[in-house]
Amino acid sequence: MRQPNSTPTRRLTAIDGAMALIVLLLIVQMWLLSATLDAYLAGHTEVVLPGALISGACFLGCGALYLFVVRLETA
Amino acid sequence: MKSERSREPLWREEFSIFQADERYVSRRQLTKFLTLTSLAMFAGNFWILVKSWIRAGVSYPVRTVAQAEEIPVGGVKLFEYPGPQDQCILLRPSENSYVAYSQKCTHLSCAVFYSAQNRRLECPCHQGYFSIEDGSVLQGPPTRPLPKVILERRGAELVAIRVQESPEGR
Ligand code: FES
Repeated sequence: MRQPNSTPTRRLTAIDGAMALIVLLLIVQMWLLSATLDAYLAGHTEVVLPGALISGACFLGCGALYLFVVRLETA
Repeated sequence: MKSERSREPLWREEFSIFQADERYVSRRQLTKFLTLTSLAMFAGNFWILVKSWIRAGVSYPVRTVAQAEEIPVGGVKLFEYPGPQDQCILLRPSENSYVAYSQKCTHLSCAVFYSAQNRRLECPCHQGYFSIEDGSVLQGPPTRPLPKVILERRGAELVAIRVQESPEGR
């Protein structure tokens, strides 16, 4: 059953917040990808590993937020 | 609620007649799309990482690319290094100096040529100019220097030993 304090509007607000965070993480990832590619092509391979790790962390963050959205929907 | 929902066919859930549910579905689908885009970005970064590991394991062939005296001062010679597809340009800017770079412009891969008059490597496509000292960009759209072929003089021969992607200390 739906929680009494969990009105559709509040849940939608929470989902919108999660989506805003995902968009933010995506922007960071896009920048990371282009910066890492540029550095790699210029021969600066020392930035490639941190770039991949941070991008992976961003993806995990997006995945967690997606699960949050799915759970919120079915709560 | 959840158990009732789970008994419903998927189409009824995806095409709900309730407006609030409809909003959930569209937001959930957008969130899924964004998460998949995030996965694609991560895959891109991971691919670069794998490429850099592969490149780290590559060993360059040691190969004679020219005889020192066959190139006049101010002259050039084209050669392929390290592979047959990798066109390079060897210059002799002064009596005792020889430098070689990849001939592929780092902007959009046009072939650069040596301008003896301006003492620089020039790309005819978008007027990108490179220094002959270290291959760095002097002007134009390229943002990365030309990869330098490291040469060694062995008697009368000029021998290529490896490719350096960026000038030392940059
Ligand atoms: S391809 Fe060389 S400057 Fe554009």
